[in-house]
Amino acid sequence: MIEVRDVHKSFGTQKVLRGATLTIAKGEAVVIIGRSGGGKSVLLKHLIGLLPPDRGSVLVAGEDLACMDERRLLQVRRRFGMLFQMAALFDSLNVYENVSFVLRRERRHTEGEIRRQVAEALEMVELPGIEEKLPSELSGGMRKRVGLARAIIYRPEIVLYDEPTTGLDPVAGDRIDRLIRRVWEQLHVTSIAVTHDMKSARTISNRILMLHEGVIYADGPTDSILGSSDPLLHRFVNGISTPQNEGP
Amino acid sequence: MCRGYLLRPVFNPIYQRITSFLRDLGEVSLLGAEVVRSFRLNRPSWKDFVYQLHFIGVKSQSVVITTGAATGMVLCAQTYFQFHKVKMDTATGAVVSVGMSSELGPVLAALMLTGRVGAAMAAELGTMKVTEQIDALRTLAAHPVDTLVVPRLLALLVSAPLLTAEAILVGITASWLIGVKLLGIDSAYYLVNMNRYTIPEDVFNGLVKSVVFGVIIAMVSCNKGLTCRGGAEGVGRATTEAVVIASISILVTNFFLTLFLARLIKG
Repeated sequence: MIEVRDVHKSFGTQKVLRGATLTIAKGEAVVIIGRSGGGKSVLLKHLIGLLPPDRGSVLVAGEDLACMDERRLLQVRRRFGMLFQMAALFDSLNVYENVSFVLRRERRHTEGEIRRQVAEALEMVELPGIEEKLPSELSGGMRKRVGLARAIIYRPEIVLYDEPTTGLDPVAGDRIDRLIRRVWEQLHVTSIAVTHDMKSARTISNRILMLHEGVIYADGPTDSILGSSDPLLHRFVNGISTPQNEGP
Repeated sequence: MCRGYLLRPVFNPIYQRITSFLRDLGEVSLLGAEVVRSFRLNRPSWKDFVYQLHFIGVKSQSVVITTGAATGMVLCAQTYFQFHKVKMDTATGAVVSVGMSSELGPVLAALMLTGRVGAAMAAELGTMKVTEQIDALRTLAAHPVDTLVVPRLLALLVSAPLLTAEAILVGITASWLIGVKLLGIDSAYYLVNMNRYTIPEDVFNGLVKSVVFGVIIAMVSCNKGLTCRGGAEGVGRATTEAVVIASISILVTNFFLTLFLARLIKG
């Protein structure tokens, strides 16, 4: 469903991706792990065409995003939903307007239908009855759950999560993990998340990719990656630093 | 080589200014092309347009009225002080009217709009950019130009000439009050001379200019917001640049528009 071929990306003199290559099949629950600042979010943004690669290609259902202009990309993005690291809710809109944003723009739903679907989406993220609240009135965890409701209300085929548990306490993080798992199981979406939270990765994935120095260093089922004896993987998964500060 | 090294501090800032200007010009041109595309492909959102119209048109009135009144009064007083020396007191109304209609009304209203509306646009869009709200829009299959730029541009196209007309009217009324009630100019002569020397083209010129200035404010401010980088510092920089660039563009464009419109009217 998604194929990334030899993608390179630099920002100024800093090379972030140096030939990342991966394939994700329909219905998988994939987590991309790697060091902070290692290019995970950059890679995720390539998958949805928010960033163009300097070299290489990103194919979604056989279509190369690198060859599309922004308006063509908008059509491809209808397949995607995305939860941002800080939720990226629209400040000036209340929860109802945020969650119903896509449905209202489509102009083919009645207000009653939209209201019902928003209520369902908020129910799914365990936040019923907060339609009238503003994003500034919500906690970090609630904002992420509203962001998730906004990302899934139009039933996308692929849902992307950028650091879904970052900045949350362990309980709120666990709640988000369970929701991501539930969305994957109930809506049958392809789930792709980037995180460096190993507990979260274990809960929400059935496959893990490790991005290291701009390339995919490891790729395998969740259990085998988390239990790997590879020194680099082992140190990263168990959070062991090295005295020379080399590697993860 | 040594000479080149010595000259670098002199030429580098000039080189950077030129490249920065060309980059801004290119970005605004590309944004303009995207706006045209948006008009061709989409129906603008009525709700967003009305919201922006309220924010730009209704909420800017106090600023524009104050500016128009203050300018009209000062211009009237200064003109009177000079004309009084040569016994031409009753020509004061004509000078104020022509000046307010074709130059001061549109330029000062535009500068006030740049400060109030342009800065707000750049800051709002810049904040949306650095908090990933613009990216969120794009992931929700909404083009930022359709959603954010077009309603603001349309609202400015409607608001700018109306606010300019208001500034002109208030300025002339204020000048009449100062001239007649405070400085003692005969009201009938004041109004007759004003009518004689102010031609409809003066008002037309002012309104045409205000439309062009509205486009400049919207395009420069939206572009600065959408291309903002960094955090709070980036938003601050984008806002400052938007106000400075739009203000300078308005003043420079005003000069060329004055020449162009004068030639157009003369035929």
